[in-house]
Amino acid sequence: MSDTAPVIALDNVSKIFGTPEARVYAARSVSFALHPGRTLALVGESGSGKTTAARLIMREYRPDEGRLLFRGTPVEGGSLKAYRRAVQMVFQDPFSSLNPAHTIRYHLERPLRLHQPALKSAERRAAIAELLARVKLDPAAIAPKYPHELSGGQRQRISIARALAVNPEAIIADEPTSMLDVSVRLGILNLLNDMKRQLRLAVLYITHDIATARYVAEDIMVMYAGQIVEWGETESVLGNPQHPYTRLLLSAVPDPDRRFTDTRFDDELSRIDVIRRQSAIAQPDVREVGKNHFIRPMPA
Amino acid sequence: MSVLSVRNLSIDYVGSETVFHAVRDVSFDIAPGEFFGLAGESGCGKSTIAFAISRLHRPPALIRSGSRILVDGRDVLELDEAELRSFRWREVAMVFQSAMNSLNPVLTIEDQFHDVLNTHTGMSRSAARQRASELLGLVDIPADRLNAYPHQLSGGMRQRIVIAICLALNPKLLIMDEATTALDVVVQREILQRIHQLRQKLGFSVLFITHDLALMVQMSDRIGIMLEGELVEIGTAQAIYHAPQHDYTRKLWASLPRLTGEQIAEGAGQ
Repeated sequence: MSDTAPVIALDNVSKIFGTPEARVYAARSVSFALHPGRTLALVGESGSGKTTAARLIMREYRPDEGRLLFRGTPVEGGSLKAYRRAVQMVFQDPFSSLNPAHTIRYHLERPLRLHQPALKSAERRAAIAELLARVKLDPAAIAPKYPHELSGGQRQRISIARALAVNPEAIIADEPTSMLDVSVRLGILNLLNDMKRQLRLAVLYITHDIATARYVAEDIMVMYAGQIVEWGETESVLGNPQHPYTRLLLSAVPDPDRRFTDTRFDDELSRIDVIRRQSAIAQPDVREVGKNHFIRPMPA
Repeated sequence: MSVLSVRNLSIDYVGSETVFHAVRDVSFDIAPGEFFGLAGESGCGKSTIAFAISRLHRPPALIRSGSRILVDGRDVLELDEAELRSFRWREVAMVFQSAMNSLNPVLTIEDQFHDVLNTHTGMSRSAARQRASELLGLVDIPADRLNAYPHQLSGGMRQRIVIAICLALNPKLLIMDEATTALDVVVQREILQRIHQLRQKLGFSVLFITHDLALMVQMSDRIGIMLEGELVEIGTAQAIYHAPQHDYTRKLWASLPRLTGEQIAEGAGQ
């Protein structure tokens, strides 16, 4: 999908919960790569394994199978601090991901102190002003404020500024706009787009909102029951979905251009109903269905 | 005659020093069997209106004099406690976003149906069980789940059960306030299709509140757009989508990424 070397890659990673007798694959043989200057969207329903994939990348979980690669090298045993600097996360809830007892300046100062201890206090102050300007907030007005004095959109901009404070190479954004109003949401998406281009960041955009995924992501993956069932260039996957689950998902997404009475959803649902009930089955085969566009076909 | 007529509704949140005008002189009607959408962003007053229609508003919310809310011609704001008891559920029933979490965790599903049916109609245990299994059938849940406790059911099933309880007394108006927002799109679609069919079969009207504009256009016959407490535009769903008159409505559409067709311009809607 891209000629550049990936920043991060998951190579056949599985995460297994449950007991030895009843193993539950939260992620099963998941492989994908994040490239500089590109956004990869990860979509799927609750419980499909999206957040498990994020936790594996953030090294909150260790893979039970497979490898996590950072700049082409397996991370196992490597420095966690250097990795966490390079890979930053933006969370869903801008109301709970900032500490209510501290000012915005404090939130941005902490990563700078931890990761760039050589900075002098005047340099730190300048760095904070630059970060706030980068996320299009007024440094003098915002820095002394507390999180409760800011709107949801402003707080999410602070989360992004905090992630940028340590000059990351990759950003993992888990539903970063789902708690924001429509008019504010687009500003955050545009900001992620700008950062991707200006700073050559590799972005993983995790969402259940497929229309916004189409807006920001060059590539997209659809996750279902712990497996990536379809992936490829966004326009190809959304324009010509091949996996029955992707087709069902797309037929269910509200679309103002389609009347509610059309029967596409029922058709897709009747096709997939049997398969939905045996959702945990492995789909090991991969089939190329178009240029840079792949699926794992459902077992017959 | 309209099932619901809201006339010059103004609601303030009264503080010790300030008064916040949450709803300002709002008027609209919902016809029998109509699916009416109320759209707008956080804090625009849409849920405040829904609570007022069910008479569930509490201080510091204050409905200003001159406001009228007519359900089948009767002013809801004039009802006393006894009249309210027969009005709620029977005339207007409401499904909230977190309704699936409002089922009592220590009662079986059957007990929760019995609670509503017995309180409002004095129905016996066996008649209530019969009616409950009929109602579960309406929302595609097998009758054997009557013996289940809420924690044994998925979020989508619990939300469908709340909808079934809301339909128990054949209300004229069903208010859905972000009723499917917390659910996955596939589950949301299944539930809303069911509502769509039931509305045709049973003839109730729906007041549908959501921040999901795409869904609102898809579902609604008519839509009202709210901005800072005012109803700034009202029209058929297709007119609101294809020929919006108000600047704010146009901005909402311009900031909504599209799933198919031409993508909106970057930097639009700002």
